Amino acid sequence: MSSLVQSTIEKYGKDATRLMDIITDIKKELGVLGKGEFTEIADQLGLSSVEVEQTYSFYHFFSTDSRAKYNIYLNDSLVSEMMGRHEIAEAFEKSTGTKFGSISSDGLFSLHNTSCIGMNDQEPAAIINGTIFPRITTYRVRELIQQFRAGKEVEDMVNSFGGGKNQSDLIKSMVTNNLNRRGAVIFSNYEPATTLNKLKDLKPEQVIDEVKNSNLRGRGGAGFPTGLKWDFCTKSPGEVRYLLCNADEGEPGTFKDRVILTEIPHLLFEGMIVGGYAISAKEGILYLRMEYDYLKDYLNAILDDFRKAGWLGKNACGIEGFNYDIRIQMGAGAYVCGEESALIESSEGKRGEPRNRPPFPVQVGYLNKPTVVNNVETLCSVVKIIEKGADWYKAMGTKETAGTKLLSISGDVKYPGVFEIEWGMSIDEMLEMAGATNVKAVQVGGPSGRLIGQNEFHRTICYEDLPTGGAMIVIGEHRKILDVVKNFTDFFIEESCGSCAPCRYLTVILRNKLQKIIDGKGVTKDLDDLVMWGEQMKKANRCGLGQTAANPVLTSIENFRSEYETRIEKGKDFDTKFDLNKAIQNSSRYVGRFPQA
Amino acid sequence: MSKPIVATTSLAGCFGCHMSILDIDERILQLIELVDFNKSPVDDIKEFTTMCDIGLIEGGCCNSENVHVLKDFRKNCKILVSVGECAIMGGLPALRNNIPIEECLHEAYLNGPSTKDANPDKILPNNEELPIILDKVYPCHEIVKIDYYLPGCPPRADLIWNALVALVTGDELKLPYEVVKFD
Ligand SMILES: Cc1cc2nc3c(=O)[nH]c(=O)nc-3n(C[C@H](O)[C@H](O)[C@H](O)COP(=O)(O)O)c2cc1C
Ligand code: SF4
Ligand code: SF4
Repeated sequence: MSSLVQSTIEKYGKDATRLMDIITDIKKELGVLGKGEFTEIADQLGLSSVEVEQTYSFYHFFSTDSRAKYNIYLNDSLVSEMMGRHEIAEAFEKSTGTKFGSISSDGLFSLHNTSCIGMNDQEPAAIINGTIFPRITTYRVRELIQQFRAGKEVEDMVNSFGGGKNQSDLIKSMVTNNLNRRGAVIFSNYEPATTLNKLKDLKPEQVIDEVKNSNLRGRGGAGFPTGLKWDFCTKSPGEVRYLLCNADEGEPGTFKDRVILTEIPHLLFEGMIVGGYAISAKEGILYLRMEYDYLKDYLNAILDDFRKAGWLGKNACGIEGFNYDIRIQMGAGAYVCGEESALIESSEGKRGEPRNRPPFPVQVGYLNKPTVVNNVETLCSVVKIIEKGADWYKAMGTKETAGTKLLSISGDVKYPGVFEIEWGMSIDEMLEMAGATNVKAVQVGGPSGRLIGQNEFHRTICYEDLPTGGAMIVIGEHRKILDVVKNFTDFFIEESCGSCAPCRYLTVILRNKLQKIIDGKGVTKDLDDLVMWGEQMKKANRCGLGQTAANPVLTSIENFRSEYETRIEKGKDFDTKFDLNKAIQNSSRYVGRFPQA
Repeated sequence: MSKPIVATTSLAGCFGCHMSILDIDERILQLIELVDFNKSPVDDIKEFTTMCDIGLIEGGCCNSENVHVLKDFRKNCKILVSVGECAIMGGLPALRNNIPIEECLHEAYLNGPSTKDANPDKILPNNEELPIILDKVYPCHEIVKIDYYLPGCPPRADLIWNALVALVTGDELKLPYEVVKFD
């Protein structure tokens, strides 16, 4: 038994549900885990070795080999591509002398692609040994690699601090906030603990009623009424309940939670306490994506302050019998873990595979107890609602969508960043606000949302019209729509958990069809197939990932059909474009035969 | 009126689908009342001698000959049906699709338990007479247009029978649960 494995497992109390943390810690030391570690861990935790291995192999930051001294994960989101990722990737390959997906022969560097890291407002961005390097240029790549070769540590290469709390001792990050517009709720004036002080005068039911009255809807994308969710949870049988805060923020183009976590984490933790109190939770868990690991120490320090101040712990907030604490659960690189039941599985140390529903998490959630999962922004809104009242809140926004919304705007805009708006703003106004001109399309709500063209720019952002979790990717006139769609489809292929057959392979078939059309080999049938098969995805998959994975294809064909039609062969209904000569090339060469097909 | 003409072939398949055709048992007598056969292992006609109405394809394409035969079927049959998992998805043979063809050949002819010591000259089959192996196994619809698909490994005899009858008579295909359940 290696002492590393032993001590790590003891640190987490030999608790199998903490497998994520155990693997994270061991991986940090070893760079890669193998059969030996799987067996050791399994023996200690009373699991089988494949149970350990399957958790390990599921997550991007676990399964990629990071044994190099410098492990570079370069974002491959659409906006990263738009901002020149291709040149940066080439520069990395050239200066490290290795290809993406491998480690350089001297063992110094490993290069990996990675899905959107929540830095769309400062692309191209990479994570090197956990440190975020935003706004990378080819010059910067050469400089970094040269200095690393000369023995510099990653921390030595942090050459600026982003504004606000990014400069604080516990963060010290180059990430900038780009908080371009403060609004009346989330980024309004904030006096910490105002709401917590109020809490002891309120019964849990009163808190829930107030939230219900405010008409607050979840900000993670689905827009479920928050008060109702809490109500359902408290009405589920059982004494023990949990509150999970979803800070997985994996939807490409979303980065608003990052700014909350950096600038006003007190507000979030306050929200987690209010929520925990309302549903009488035993514990709150902040599920934080691995990409935001650079915020962890800072957040933990704030939680310590909260404990010292009596806001957390035994009789929290001075409320007799309210024993409540918050812990941080790190993810490990999997978009699907943002789906609430996958988030729960992952928090229990398992593969992040969504559960069948029903039962819903409010009935059977974390450790099979009734559980509320809420987005970061949702919980922040709650604090202000309790402070200022449901009526104050309801007065903002539209009839069915109360309050404000944080938009993460990126792409071809002058001022990428976070904007807090009142619901009901039109896309036209939004583009003007962020300084975007000559816009061809806007991806509303990230890849799982809708790609809209100019004829829909008059529409308004709210649940009655254009619902969104806040990701707004602006696509300029000079871009090719099919490249956008292909990037998004690749994303879904990479991030599918693989449980449902259509999600696992129809996505690949869609991508191949797209590629055929991009290569100028498409025919009418290909376009028809994309639509026909894309429609199946909505019906035949278990969770939102698969159900929306064809949205880029479907909404782009709906709104930008001409971009497809100009690329397909006219007057031809069907042609697979199978190339026999190409298909026999490798085997002919290998057996030493050069015939005509 | 002359009877509709059927052709069949087995490409990269195991002949199990053809066995399933034979599994229609005594209905084979009805079958020959219903249709004539042209190119098919059933009657051993090697080349098309006439335009056919229905072509039944077993197996996907793993070598150049499969591709030629399949294209020949497309040319000579009005309707093509992919019969069985191999024709529809590549099936068992497609398990090699994630392995580079060079590795497959190496394992089969140079390193396999039965060839390692038996092939001292390290000969790889390269006679001109032989078909050339493709880089991977392709389902039929990635090569030519396929009109219908009959799932199963093999599809049940009843499914093949029902489909043939429906194609020939123009009646709706009967698909009771028993003929499309797989376990
Ligand atoms: C594939 C997928 C990814 C998701 N990612 C997130 C996420 O990163 N953050 C989030 O808050 N919600 C995400 N959601 C939505 C959650 O499942 C859930 O609805 C939400 O966290 C509930 O909180 P809310 O009611 O406060 O919005 C995702 C859903 C799916 C299907
Ligand atoms: S739809 Fe996709 S991501 Fe969701 S459970 Fe099924 S396979 Fe997994
Ligand atoms: S589908 Fe099954 S029975 Fe038919 S050829 Fe393939 S392996 Fe044989």
